Amino acid sequence: MSTVDLQRSEDGPSQSGTTVPSDSAGLLRLFGQMLRIRRAEERVLELLLENRLSSTMCHVSIGQEAVAVGVCDALGPDDYVSSTHRGHGHYLARGGPLVGLIAELMGREAGACRGRGGSMHLVDAAHGHLGSNAIVGGHIPIATGAALWAAVSGQPSVSVVFFGDGASTEGIFHECVNFAAVQSLPVVFVLENNQFAMSLPWSRSTIEPSIAVKASAYGIAGVDVDGQDVMAVRAAAGVAVERARRGDGPTLLGAATYRFLGHSRADPSAYRDKIEEERWKQRDPVVLARRALAVAGAADEAELEALETAIARELDAAVAEAEASPPATVDEAIAGMYATPIGGMR
Amino acid sequence: MSATGTTAGSGAATSARSITYRESIREALIEEMEDDPRVILLGEDVGRYGGAYAVSKGLLEQFGDRRVIDTPMAEAMIVGTALGAAVVGARPVAEIMYMDFITLVMDQLVNQAAKLHVMFGGQLSAPMVVRVQQGTGRGAGPQHSQSLEAWFAHVPGLKTVAPSTPADAKGLLKAAIRDDDPVLFIEHKQLYSRKGDAVGRDHVVPIGSADLKRPGRDVTVVTWSNMVHTALAAAERLAIDGTEVEVVDLRTLAPLDMETVLTSCRRTGRVLVLHEACRTGGLGAEVAAQVGEELYGQLRAPVRRLAAPDIALPANSALERALIPDEDAVVAAVESLLRS
Repeated sequence: MSTVDLQRSEDGPSQSGTTVPSDSAGLLRLFGQMLRIRRAEERVLELLLENRLSSTMCHVSIGQEAVAVGVCDALGPDDYVSSTHRGHGHYLARGGPLVGLIAELMGREAGACRGRGGSMHLVDAAHGHLGSNAIVGGHIPIATGAALWAAVSGQPSVSVVFFGDGASTEGIFHECVNFAAVQSLPVVFVLENNQFAMSLPWSRSTIEPSIAVKASAYGIAGVDVDGQDVMAVRAAAGVAVERARRGDGPTLLGAATYRFLGHSRADPSAYRDKIEEERWKQRDPVVLARRALAVAGAADEAELEALETAIARELDAAVAEAEASPPATVDEAIAGMYATPIGGMR
Repeated sequence: MSATGTTAGSGAATSARSITYRESIREALIEEMEDDPRVILLGEDVGRYGGAYAVSKGLLEQFGDRRVIDTPMAEAMIVGTALGAAVVGARPVAEIMYMDFITLVMDQLVNQAAKLHVMFGGQLSAPMVVRVQQGTGRGAGPQHSQSLEAWFAHVPGLKTVAPSTPADAKGLLKAAIRDDDPVLFIEHKQLYSRKGDAVGRDHVVPIGSADLKRPGRDVTVVTWSNMVHTALAAAERLAIDGTEVEVVDLRTLAPLDMETVLTSCRRTGRVLVLHEACRTGGLGAEVAAQVGEELYGQLRAPVRRLAAPDIALPANSALERALIPDEDAVVAAVESLLRS
C-alpha cells in the first residue's frame, strides 16, 4: 500500500500550518492529492459523456491542480476557502468528500448541495469551504468578508480566495483588494492565471502581466509563482498565509498555470496556439511532481501503481454511493429556499 | 403596542413618547448591537459622518471602529463583504446610501446573497441586512430618487421590507437583524423626520405581516412606505363626506401578506393599489394580479392602480411633486372607484 493516506483529505485539511514540506514525504502527499483530483475530473468527464450527470455544465481544472493543492496544503482547519466555477480541485484539496462532488454532479441528495448546486456550486462548510461561484469575481467579497469578521471578532482564521485572470479585470476584484489592504485583512487573493478569460488571452486582458506589480499598486504584498510547480506554490502560499495570520495583511498571489482542456465541453479552444498548448502540456503539474519524486527516490513504481489503484477504487466507490443516493426533489428544493421560511412565502 | 396594532404617528396617544423615524431606526441598531456582539455596521460614511441621513450618528463613538466600519466607496464590496461576514458568523447591517446606488450591488444581492442558502443545499446562510433609502422629496433627480423595490420582490431568496412609521421601522429592523436570511430594509428619505409613537426594546414586528393602518368599509387602499401617509391623509378627507377608506400597509414587500390584503378587499369590494414607484412592472401590478385572481366575481369594481408615470424623475421639486401621486390624486381615485 502506498505511503500516501488517501483518507487524509476526507478527514480535514492539513494541520501542518506554514511549514513547507520540503521533504520527499511532503511532495508525495501533494502528488497524491493532485493525482486524485486529476483522476476524479477524468472520471467526471467520462460520466458526462455517458449522460450520467444531471447537467452538461461542467468546467474541469485539468492542468491547474498544483494551485489548488499547493495553496490548500498551507491552510489550517479554521481557515476559509472560496472558489470558482472551475472549482472541483479546490473542493477536493480543501477536504471536501469525494462522494459529495460526484453525487452533486449527478443531482443526488448525497451531493455537497443536495443536488441543487451542480459543478459550479460546491461547498463544504465543515472544512471552511464557503462555496464555489458561477459569477466571475462575484465570490471575492465573500472571502474578504469572512476575513473581515475574523479580524473584527479576533479569530485567527485566514481566508483564501481562488479566482481566475478573467476575474482580475472585474471591478469587484479591485474593490475587495483595496478594502482588504485598507483594513489589513487576513486574506490571500490567489489569482489562478490559466492564461485565458474564456477565449481572451492574458495579454489582451492587461498590459501588466505581473501580479506582484499589480499588488504594489494597492500597497500590499504580491508574488508571481510557477503554478505548475506544486512545491513552489506551497512555499509561496505558506508565506502569504503566515503573513495574514500574523496580522500583516493581504497578499496577491499570482500563479501562472494553464487549462489543458477547453473552457467547457463545448469549447475546442480554436483560439489557442497549438504550439503554446503543447509547451504548457510539457509542464503538466502531475508529471512534474512525479518526475521530482523519481529524482528524490521518494516512491518506486510499485508504490505509485498502488496509489493509482487506490484512487480508482475510491472513485468506483464514490460513483456507486452517489448512484445509490436518491435524486434531488423539487419539493425539497422549494422547502430549502429560506433559512427562516415565513408562512405565505410563494 | 402590539405588532399588528401600530397606528400612524399623528394619532398617537398623548402619554406615548414621540420619536422620529430616524431616531427609531437608530434605537433599533443600538439595542441590537448592545444585545448581540455579532451585529456590525458597514457602509459609506456610516461612522465619523454618522450616515448620510444621520441614522447612525453616535454609533461609532459608542461601539468603536471595529463594529462601525467606514468603507471606501465600493457598493458591491460593501454588500459582498457583509455577506461573507454573515456566512461565517456575523450579523452585519450594511448601508447603501441611495436605492439608485443599489444598481451597483445587483450581483451581490441577486446572484450571491439571495441564492446562497438554497444553492449550497442549506450548508450556508446569510443573516444580513442591507439598509437603503429611496424615494422623492428632495428634487434630487433621476439618480437619487427612484423607488426600485419591485426588482427585489422579484428575486426569490431575499426578504424585503419598507416600513412607514417609527414603530414599524424599529420593529422590522430588529426582526431583520435577527432573521437568518438576507433582508433588504428600505427606508424613505421623506420619512426620516416624521414623528410617531416610540416603542420599547422588545418591540419586534414579524417580517411578512401587513398592518391595517386605518379601518374602513368602503374602499381598500393597499400601499407601503411614505405613501401610507398620503393614503391616510386622503382617508381623513374622504371621511368628512362619509366615505370610509381602509388603509393596508404592506410593511413587508416580500413575502407579501396577501391574507391580510385579501381579507380587507373581500370586505370592501373596491381596491386601490398605491405606490410611488413608476407604474409599469411596479409591485402594485403583482398585488392587483393576485387580488384579481383570488377575488374575481367578488369585487364591485376592477382593481385600480395609482402610481408615478413611467418617467425618469427630473431634478426639480415642482416637477417631482406633480409626478408623484398626492392626496388629491388618491381622493380622486377613490371617488372614481366608488362611482364604478
